[in-house]
Amino acid sequence: MKYMLLMSAPKEAFEWYSKWPKEDIQANMAFMRNISTELKEAGILIGTEGLAWPDQAVIVRAGKDGEPVTDGVFPESKEFLAGYWMIDVDNAEEACRIAARVSAAPAPAGTPGTMPVEVRQVLSRAPCSD
Amino acid sequence: MSTHPEPQIEQLLRELTPQVLGMVVRRYHDFSAAEDAVQEASLAAAIQWPTEGLPNNPRAWLIQVAFRRMTDHIRSEAARRRRENEVAVSRDELVNQPVAEEDDTLVLLFMCCHPVLTNASAIALTLRAVGGLTTVEIANAFLVPESTMAQRISRAKQTIKTSGIPFELPDAHERAKRLRSVLHVLYLIFNEGYTSSVGSELHRADLSQEAMRLARMLHSLQPDDTEGAGLLALMLLTDARRKARSNGDGELVPLEKQDRGLWDREQITEGVALLSATLPKGSVGPYQLQAAIAAVHDEAPHYEDTDWPQILALYELLKQMSDNPMVTLNHAVAAAMVHGPNRGLELLEVLKENTRLANHFRLNAVRAHLLELTGDRETAIEQYRMAANKTGSLPERNYLLTQAARLSSKD
Repeated sequence: MKYMLLMSAPKEAFEWYSKWPKEDIQANMAFMRNISTELKEAGILIGTEGLAWPDQAVIVRAGKDGEPVTDGVFPESKEFLAGYWMIDVDNAEEACRIAARVSAAPAPAGTPGTMPVEVRQVLSRAPCSD
Repeated sequence: MSTHPEPQIEQLLRELTPQVLGMVVRRYHDFSAAEDAVQEASLAAAIQWPTEGLPNNPRAWLIQVAFRRMTDHIRSEAARRRRENEVAVSRDELVNQPVAEEDDTLVLLFMCCHPVLTNASAIALTLRAVGGLTTVEIANAFLVPESTMAQRISRAKQTIKTSGIPFELPDAHERAKRLRSVLHVLYLIFNEGYTSSVGSELHRADLSQEAMRLARMLHSLQPDDTEGAGLLALMLLTDARRKARSNGDGELVPLEKQDRGLWDREQITEGVALLSATLPKGSVGPYQLQAAIAAVHDEAPHYEDTDWPQILALYELLKQMSDNPMVTLNHAVAAAMVHGPNRGLELLEVLKENTRLANHFRLNAVRAHLLELTGDRETAIEQYRMAANKTGSLPERNYLLTQAARLSSKD
């Protein structure tokens, strides 16, 4: 079964991250690299990407003639996708176990290393045969 | 030497793969390296045979090439070990091992479906080592990148290596248990391919074909195993409906709406014959019972002719044998068809307590169907929508949403 693990955060969290002390940032980056390598070597990683930060993010809708109309003013509370992992595992429990590990990525001392990770099943193209 | 079209060569290679691999593993005692060597030999054959013609003895050709690869591998390994000051494997000793070829394919199946492996690993390894599929083909079938599948296979081989599973037939007691794992893995492969044969999903249907080929092989190796025969019959009888199971747009068509003229009569005849020959042997297990249920459906000329009392009786037996909640659910459906939808709904009430089923979309889907039969349209719509919210399958979700919409738009 395929799952997407989605890590999102409000814009202020991205700004906060960029102000972390060097060792903390490096520890976090190393953790992310290592967990991706581990998932890859286990043969369960389908893909993972980190996204550019939300500063340049726009939301596009089709205008009257189908031309793009962009909206770049977002409410403070809006969550932005920071990155994702797509994995192929035996069941939902396994997906959640990996999500919890990702969530525990190290943060600066005194702050919780518990980023929320959204776990979503990717729809199968096959009928569910049970 | 003679020239052969490529599909024929591909077919031949896949038949020979487990035989050749078994031979190499038996001689060199290194499953992981042998598997690589046989893949390389097959690749060489796939490149050379179409242009240079088929060798007089293709099997011997493959064995020779694989042995050569193994020799190279052992030499480099030996050199490495010498550097590490360890004793290298004596090749002469290995070459003189007695060979029991006929069992090799079976031993390979036992090895690839070993319970130390996760389902996903066992499936991948079986398709490659016994099925002779390439890593790319397996990756495509499961819609994952080739590198992901390569890692999975390599990890599986590593697990077998570190577990020290010997390359030999397990003893009688262990054998029955391991055979169940093999049947389960083949069943899972079959289900992966149990889908519409439309557009990009075409190659998934091939997985069902591959599972049937492997089940056939297993049955010919173990003709007295009744559950092995039952599984093959189940596959034949289920797959026979493949063409009718989805329409031109890839939408699911439920059993009662299927065009039975599209069912594969030949395959049904074969499945029924196999099952009829197997059931009298005694020791009836879940696969034989499921095959029997499939046969009852397949033999009904129209949906209205379905022998539901017989299906209900078969589900009663199956329920005693298996704690699979899907069996309980299907039993409720059969009971509804015999005793009316209210009886079915009563049975579903009990299932709400079942933790494995309470949150499963199928429970809502069945309830929706039965409620519709009782005429409770509003609740049926609600249940179809709940089922659509829970399912992890796109065609299933589309089907359920369409059902809900169909009921909503009725005046």
